Amino acid sequence: MQPAPDPAISSHYVNNELYRKLVEDFTDWQREELAIAASKVRDEFRLLVEREARLLDELRFDDWLAMYAPECIYWVPGTPGGGDPRREIAISFDDRRRMEDRIFRLRTGYAWSQAPKSRTVRMISNVEVFATAEGFARMVRSNFLISEFRVDGMRFLSGWCGHRFVQSAERWQIQVRQVNLIDCDRNLRNPSIVL
Amino acid sequence: MLEKLNASRIDSADLYDWDELVQEDRVHRLIYTDPTIFNLEMTNIFGAVWVYLGHESQIPANDDYITVRLGLRPIILLRDSLGRIRALFNRCAHRGTTLCRKDKGSARIFTCPYHGWSYLNTGKLRAVPWPDGYACDFNDARYNVAQVPRVDSYRGFIFATLNPDAPSLLDYLGPITTPIDEWLDRQPKGRIRVCEANRLKYKGNWKLAYDNSGDGYHVVFSHRSLLEMENRQADVANRGMSYYKNSPDTAPMYIAYMGNGHHFKDKRPNIQKRAGGLWAVEGPAPGSEHYAEALRRRFGAKAEDILDLASSEPVNINVFPNFSLLGNHIQVFEPISVDETDVTWYGTAVIDEDGTLEGAVDDINALRMRTQEQFPNFGEVDDLANFEEIQRGLACREDEWIYMHRGLGLPGRVKTHANGIITAPATDEVFMREYIKEWKRLMKATPKLVVQREP
Repeated sequence: MQPAPDPAISSHYVNNELYRKLVEDFTDWQREELAIAASKVRDEFRLLVEREARLLDELRFDDWLAMYAPECIYWVPGTPGGGDPRREIAISFDDRRRMEDRIFRLRTGYAWSQAPKSRTVRMISNVEVFATAEGFARMVRSNFLISEFRVDGMRFLSGWCGHRFVQSAERWQIQVRQVNLIDCDRNLRNPSIVL
Repeated sequence: MLEKLNASRIDSADLYDWDELVQEDRVHRLIYTDPTIFNLEMTNIFGAVWVYLGHESQIPANDDYITVRLGLRPIILLRDSLGRIRALFNRCAHRGTTLCRKDKGSARIFTCPYHGWSYLNTGKLRAVPWPDGYACDFNDARYNVAQVPRVDSYRGFIFATLNPDAPSLLDYLGPITTPIDEWLDRQPKGRIRVCEANRLKYKGNWKLAYDNSGDGYHVVFSHRSLLEMENRQADVANRGMSYYKNSPDTAPMYIAYMGNGHHFKDKRPNIQKRAGGLWAVEGPAPGSEHYAEALRRRFGAKAEDILDLASSEPVNINVFPNFSLLGNHIQVFEPISVDETDVTWYGTAVIDEDGTLEGAVDDINALRMRTQEQFPNFGEVDDLANFEEIQRGLACREDEWIYMHRGLGLPGRVKTHANGIITAPATDEVFMREYIKEWKRLMKATPKLVVQREP
């Protein structure tokens, strides 16, 4: 048997099945009957989402990438509700390799949109956890407010995230993160930070 | 019915010495910073010439509409109930309220939210509440919605002008229709569908984007991070725009000025002309290896042509003042104010109604969405940062000039051909010098703009 290709080097897992499942997983999941009320569970995922926010604020991108499953998606839809990424452009739709591309570019020192770099502080709240049909997966919804300062001023980016976490070796990894900006279908100034 | 606009407007020639502001080798900073010049542009450019509004695939059926802008004027671009494409001013004839506040939809009737006047999508007034309270005759055309008198399409691209004296759209486009045709005709049946967009904005004058659209000089500097990124895993660093490295002036690519402010940067001669030639230099995208292998398994050698459809077409086709075809994008520049501009990169998808691609169309579009997201994410953001920094730099009012003289005065470098097309190496600023001459001519003019109302 061939060893599985390294998703950081070649992109085999972004295929029709992934897209189909992605659209399905991110449709109609925030249902009351799937919500997990137990505060222990909510705390567990709240800590993970808060940690991710802190790593991004501190530009600790290697640690950030390590929170993700090897085959992962970072998805910033350009249409409210997500749209269908097979048929529509997204603001960003990164697989593992393109996430690493994104970080690589920011580190070249020649990414003028981030030279000087933005300073950010993320506020995360309203963390809710939802069960899925698969025991090893949880969906998490959280609201965010990013205060971003760069060069000539301060601005705020606001929205909510849908995280799909999967359990692997006793650890929850982020398989998909969908970042829903409330103004995702409007023209955005300098959207060059990792949201 | 045509209606002359009698409102007092600035007489441009009295305001500035345009020949002083726009010289052979340089332009004055004021053309980027002066609000009065910007206001005049909203008439003399974004009004008097053919301006791109949208693509027919955005309003495919009768009664479909999208809301857009013509300069600063809010417009409802629609296909009326009989199928005619119209550009209505999004403005109630009564008190001026916008009639439609959605981005897109389908409507036979637009009803003003303020006092309930309603209009057919031809622009004709349908009814006003309690008409007994009026002494006037509502059949008078003045109560119909104003609309842009000239709306025309070229192969699906919809343009409009308020200027009755403008040439026909076909004459306005002139020879740039050839690269537009070639851009379309690499798709089955020469057709595309607009599929959402990467929507960006910058704090800078709109011309900074148009100055950049044909610029081959900035690429390896402004996009250095992108070039390093997309070649980081490549055995041979030939991905994307790598052909700009080393000596771009001797590469076979070229810039062509094609009249009326339009220009065309043709980078295709840099790429080996063969099936799969474009795909071979496309940067890595989500799904690249999976879809390439799946298509090759299924189609053999024919897969290479299909993969080229997911690859960026190496051209920049720039139609003055606000429309650009590049890669697989339709890029639209929309001025907001003298120092703010929206730049929208509409994605395009392949359509294959008669099965030329034997069922591969969905796969190739899934891949094409991802290749199209690359440049706005990792390239355009850096250009826009540089445009903003130009606008900041131009606050130095004592340092007045912007230079655009690359290639000027070098014997044999810039060639004018028998058909009037001017060509030069891809890094030359000849396209800026030529389009800004056209801008100057338009700014000196006194166009008589008109609106139309249904009779």
